[in-house]
Amino acid sequence: MSGTPGDPLEGLPFARSAAVEKFEDWMFGSTRLEELAERARLETRKNFGRTMRLFAPLYLSNECVNTCKYCGFSKDNPIRRVTLTPDEVEMEGKHLAGVGFRNVLLVSGEHPKEVPVPYLAETVRRCVGLFPSVAIEVAPLETNEYREIVAAGAEGLVLYQESYDRAAYAEMHISGPKRNFDERLEGPERGYQAGFRRIGLGVLVGLADWRRELVALAAHVSHLMKVGWRSQITLALPRLRPAAGGFQPRVAMSDRDFVRSICAFRLAFPQVGIVLSTREPMRLRDGLMELGVTMMSAGSETDPGGYTGVGKGRLHRTVRGREVALEAGEREGAQATEQFEISDERSAVDLSLALRKRGLDPVWKDWDRALVG
Amino acid sequence: MGTKLQTTESWKIGDREFQSRLLVGTGKFPSVSAMRSALEASGTEIVTVALRRVDLTGHKDPQADMLEEIDQDRYLVLANTSGAMNAEEAVRLARLAVAAGLPKWIKLEIHPDPRYLLPDPIETLKATEILVKEGFTILPYINADPVLAKRLEEAGAATVMPLGAPIGSNRGIETRAQIEIIIEQSRIPVIVDAGLGAPSHAAEALEMGADAVLINTAIAVAEDPQAMAAAFRLGVEAGRRGFEAGLGPTRKEALATSPLTGFLDE
Repeated sequence: MSGTPGDPLEGLPFARSAAVEKFEDWMFGSTRLEELAERARLETRKNFGRTMRLFAPLYLSNECVNTCKYCGFSKDNPIRRVTLTPDEVEMEGKHLAGVGFRNVLLVSGEHPKEVPVPYLAETVRRCVGLFPSVAIEVAPLETNEYREIVAAGAEGLVLYQESYDRAAYAEMHISGPKRNFDERLEGPERGYQAGFRRIGLGVLVGLADWRRELVALAAHVSHLMKVGWRSQITLALPRLRPAAGGFQPRVAMSDRDFVRSICAFRLAFPQVGIVLSTREPMRLRDGLMELGVTMMSAGSETDPGGYTGVGKGRLHRTVRGREVALEAGEREGAQATEQFEISDERSAVDLSLALRKRGLDPVWKDWDRALVG
Repeated sequence: MGTKLQTTESWKIGDREFQSRLLVGTGKFPSVSAMRSALEASGTEIVTVALRRVDLTGHKDPQADMLEEIDQDRYLVLANTSGAMNAEEAVRLARLAVAAGLPKWIKLEIHPDPRYLLPDPIETLKATEILVKEGFTILPYINADPVLAKRLEEAGAATVMPLGAPIGSNRGIETRAQIEIIIEQSRIPVIVDAGLGAPSHAAEALEMGADAVLINTAIAVAEDPQAMAAAFRLGVEAGRRGFEAGLGPTRKEALATSPLTGFLDE
């Protein structure tokens, strides 16, 4: 792929490092998938052992000021919305800690008024007592804002670029601050400067030609490994799932290509963590457990209040930025709308059993807050 | 196994005496039971545990109960500070470990780079100085740097633990020339830690005169961890017995059977 006109790295501030070339060789070369899988399995074992780290997402809010073609939370979607209060976040957190999770990922749509930085910091503080490890996945912030979140006790930052293709990115992100491609692209480095220890990169597969997206992601990972040499990097390749708005993937990636991608990333970046969420079906998740994936979620809900039902009383719709109350008949038993439909619906306990069956030890706690004080 | 295999000389860390020269780490195992049977088969007396994996709050968290699975009457638990990026973090973690009821023995690991997990020499020396003053027995993980080894010895470290190759790499003793100097100069035990991937690597370290080795990945990710632990036990014992028996000097070229200076005796 390198050197061709349409180079996937064109316009990106990343070099084509040796690791990127290695990735391209594994991904697009002639090595048979079965051989790739066997190598990836051994490499994963060597670097991560026969273990799997587990985490759960906790959605804070599905309010959003961005209009994005593919996202269920997109501003113009007439969905049921709510922002959990810090108390409600704590209740959701208690539920997840009770299920066994010790690593939580706080997720939110982008809404400077409903979800401001002090609020995010407060939700982190509420979770710190419940989880040894707290990460956030929110809109890109400024370095000093990230510092506030780190000071509150979060040590992980997840910020997926969604698409590294500037044209596709502009087409998908119709309005709102998310339109700023570079602001997002540079977010992980700002997070590193602010003191995050774990940084998650990723691409949302389905928005543009995934072959080019994967190469760009590899280059971003490679770049961050050099700039942020102290950070523990993870990557993910979430494939688009059905969501409100009904967006259809532009370029679908087959299961075969998906598995190949995971294996190629493992071999090109042996020590980088690979995250696999409940977006993927059970059969695929089970198969990938040994082939490069190092971190999995389970029993996930992708709506705020989804675990315990908190926040129901304040559900509303947003029409052109204005809150509109739900119709009377709509309230009964209603929950906030999810970001996307999950596929693997197994509980954390069932996933643990499946891991054990494959000779993998589920690891709940792999970090201690005492490290950072 | 005959009793004779048990007769290698005992050795000491500080005032404490040990028979086994194999230390075993507890990460990366496929299950708790696999770990327990491997520890048993290894004959080890010292077991390292990553503090970030265990509950330090005193709540006996069932989701982080590694310590409950290790018989602390039988094994000395050596807590490691893996995850710490600097002296401050390592010192804090060490103090918490003691507060949580663990022995005052710490395997000091400070690796700011999460990929090759190579130790930071400056922070390691700093943390050793602080913790030794607080009465800890410190076993620092270091790169194979002879000067650093001496500096740590002077700072009161109980051992030095130079790496053979990066953690988990299974590449064997790539730092041989430097480890030879460390062994030659050291007045405290030298434990080769990290990178040993096969029982023969362990034997090699002991033959060189290392006092012990620490093995984790090679045992934990083996198809049969228990059998691999037993194999490492034999490797360690073979290497040590070879060392004690007095290995002949090695040289690269063959010796001429008719000495070149034979004419002097004529």
